Amino acid sequence: MIPVLLLFIPLVAGILGFFIKEQKAASNWAIVASVVTLITAIVGIYAMPASMHQFEATWLPSIGASFSVALDGMSKMLVLLTAISMPLIFIATRNNNYNNPGVFYALMLLAQSGLIGVFISMDALLFYFFWELALIPVYFLSSIWGGEKRIAVTFKFFIYTFLGSLLMLVGILYVYMHTKDHSFAWSSFTNTDLLSGQETLPFFLFFIAFAIKMPIFPLHTWQPDAYEQAPTATTMVLSGVMVKMGLFAVIRWVLPLFPVATSAFAMPIVIVSVIGMIYASLIAIKQDDIKRLIAYSSIAHIGLMAAAIFAGGTLGLQGVQVQMFNHGINVIGLWILANAIESTLGTRKLSELGGLATKAPTMAILFVVLAFANIALPLTNAFIGEFLLFNGLFQYNIWIAAAAGVSIILGAIYTLQMVQKVLFGDVSAVTANATEINSYSKWVLVVIVLAVIALGVYPQPLIDLTKDSVNALLVIK
Amino acid sequence: MNAIIVSALLGVVMMFSGIFTTNKTIIKNIATVGVLVLLAANLMEMYNLFSFDINTHDLIVTQRYGLFFNCIAYGATFIYLLLSASDITEVGINVAEYFALIFFVLCGVAILSSFNGLLMLFIGVEILSIPLYILTGADKRNLKSNEASLKYFLMGSFSTGVMLMGIALMYGATGNFGMVHSAGIRGAIMATQQPPYVLVAGVILLFASMSFKVSAAPFHFWTPDVYDGAPSVFTSFMSTIVKAAGMLAFIRVFENQYTVLGPTWHIVVDFAIVTTLLIGNITAVFQQSVKRMLAYSSIAQAGFMLFALYANNTEIAKEGMLLYAAAYSLATISIFAVLIKLQDYTLDGFNGLAKKEPVLAFAATVSLLSLSGIPLTAGFFAKYYVLAGAMQAGGALWLIIVAVILAAVSVYYYFRVIQAMYFKEGDPQTLPISGGFKAALIAVAALIVILGIWPSALLSWLYF
Repeated sequence: MIPVLLLFIPLVAGILGFFIKEQKAASNWAIVASVVTLITAIVGIYAMPASMHQFEATWLPSIGASFSVALDGMSKMLVLLTAISMPLIFIATRNNNYNNPGVFYALMLLAQSGLIGVFISMDALLFYFFWELALIPVYFLSSIWGGEKRIAVTFKFFIYTFLGSLLMLVGILYVYMHTKDHSFAWSSFTNTDLLSGQETLPFFLFFIAFAIKMPIFPLHTWQPDAYEQAPTATTMVLSGVMVKMGLFAVIRWVLPLFPVATSAFAMPIVIVSVIGMIYASLIAIKQDDIKRLIAYSSIAHIGLMAAAIFAGGTLGLQGVQVQMFNHGINVIGLWILANAIESTLGTRKLSELGGLATKAPTMAILFVVLAFANIALPLTNAFIGEFLLFNGLFQYNIWIAAAAGVSIILGAIYTLQMVQKVLFGDVSAVTANATEINSYSKWVLVVIVLAVIALGVYPQPLIDLTKDSVNALLVIK
Repeated sequence: MNAIIVSALLGVVMMFSGIFTTNKTIIKNIATVGVLVLLAANLMEMYNLFSFDINTHDLIVTQRYGLFFNCIAYGATFIYLLLSASDITEVGINVAEYFALIFFVLCGVAILSSFNGLLMLFIGVEILSIPLYILTGADKRNLKSNEASLKYFLMGSFSTGVMLMGIALMYGATGNFGMVHSAGIRGAIMATQQPPYVLVAGVILLFASMSFKVSAAPFHFWTPDVYDGAPSVFTSFMSTIVKAAGMLAFIRVFENQYTVLGPTWHIVVDFAIVTTLLIGNITAVFQQSVKRMLAYSSIAQAGFMLFALYANNTEIAKEGMLLYAAAYSLATISIFAVLIKLQDYTLDGFNGLAKKEPVLAFAATVSLLSLSGIPLTAGFFAKYYVLAGAMQAGGALWLIIVAVILAAVSVYYYFRVIQAMYFKEGDPQTLPISGGFKAALIAVAALIVILGIWPSALLSWLYF
């Protein structure tokens, strides 16, 4: 029952949210709904017996599709990430004002419902449904409340991902035709009569869809624009949670379905991912806009995770699981800072900022901790994740690991450059009358920073949570 | 049989109702009730309660599948009349005649869903088409309407000629008017090992003329001009119910064609599908008028429906054809109903509609999402079923990939309307909109979503 509740609480709350007219009321409603979801997730995952973690109902028996949802290790972790992110996002951006606030928060909640659906569905057709449904609210969010070029940019994003998912649909159909019992269930999909040579085509049909979503080089071109133009709250959902859909989907729907094709094409994909990491890091160094810088840095981080997935091995896969969570909360923290800077100072240009450390010391401390987490310094949560990822890559191929290591150095360059330009140096005309960030954002950041340090010192809970899915994967492989 | 007889009778009733009253509301209501009577008569036959017993010497064979298609077509007509009947009465002065012609078209629909043999196919197609030539030109004082009507009539009669030529050649080769897959034709092939050239030529000519009727490329050229020129209410009818019926006839006459054309058949169908999808989708991208865009979109959707033809009678494709007919008709009728209410048919005419008329914008959005095949709308399962049918028939993977890429293209032009309504500022001028109209639009949108979650809600009636 728990997964069904997690799906329907935000869904129903979202639908009701459409009728709220007033800004504060809509914001409160969204916060309450997302906190209830969070409590349900925590109680459901940690306090309820495993029998409550599954639910199955008939949907379309004639074509073998069922409403089958379940929480296993990996989906528990991502559901937790989604459930934690939403209240943080809502609270941190509470001071932002929107036209039609009810619709804005309603769409955000619907996006949450879609995301949770993606993570918990154990039926390919249901998965496809949620995969698309998570996208539609984001399309409207970005197109209505986004920046100047929002319509064109969001449209590009939408068509890009829609094309990917249609190809995935063909892949799903293809695998479906080869299942022994003509069913869309995950268990049937992992047990098909596909010959090893027949795996290549569906492998790529699936993989392209997920690669667009992650995104990995060279399919990433929608991403920086979309992040820049979307309203910040939506960008947080996009980069904190939504890109994890791609990584998650590869682990759930590609590795177990097409083991032969995965190992056959692992090398080129790992190489492309690493190229993407270096490429994105180099571009990030050149960025003057904080949002675009974080966007490119995100591409680099995702590239590392993608490379580790295909490099395989226990440690690498374990690292991906841990890092998906860590990257999610870290990047949300960075976006909150970017949002705070933009909303108080009216600019996101690094060249116009400077000297904020003297003007806003609390923010500066939080900023620096999150920047360190972005470089994966020890004692931050990202360190554990990246350590495991590199370990996996290293065991796969030492030269590739070395090349990927370059991007870590580049990462330090652009992140520290950003810290330097924002916090230190002379106070510019823009920052002369800067104030401390508002208390909503501050307390959310404090929570995130505490989580960064806590998980950096003691990451065992995350590893325990996801251990079973990693082991299950290795058995299948 | 019920549907054929009752619809023809209702057509006559409508014609005479014009003599006794000129009150538009009464005529409109008679027509709406008439469609319900027709639907009830058809349901009676479907559930073996009552049917006219006429010996047609096997020229008409009613089957569950065809009767169920009639239900969908008449249900769609009912919704069409609910939304647009009052706009039909505004087209010109001969109000009763318009409804009479619509009933004659519905008679053609019933024949096309139950014909058994090429002669009845021909009669059905003609009964379906001739009223449409008149409806296209119904707006007598509008030059574009006249032009469209004349163009449609000339091209349509030419294609009728081609069809007759094809049927004659097939008759010459086989000595009977049986279907393409009938025993007579198979006998002719068995005798010579290879199908006689006369037969092949006949089949190809028949294929061309049926392609014309469903506006499949490369016989689609009439479609944009006729759909654009005809009064919008009738475009809505032509591009939905009529087109679905034509497609059904196309599929029925060509089921199990492998025996006649062998591998050549695949080349013909593949070519038709790819060109139809390409031309429909790519050309629609460049349209500035929403009405014209919908004309090209109807070509593109026909390309998808052709997959049901490709799938050659697999169970899932047959169900898919029904679902496609329902999903496509509902969505198109609803978007046309919104379009008719607007003064300006260009994309800019939709600017800011969401602010001014949120219900209309919402209903149009659901319809457009359904047309582009987004999950949670009927259009998704419609596309899913026909593609799955093609996949099951085998050998079509590249074709399906081409189709989904072009479906992604279709998102471009459908979403431009959504963008105009929701993200752009403007002050669209609309005709007066009644509360009942809005309620009907919401009901249609709800129906689209229900079919999008649970297509069995419709399809299970095929068996129970």
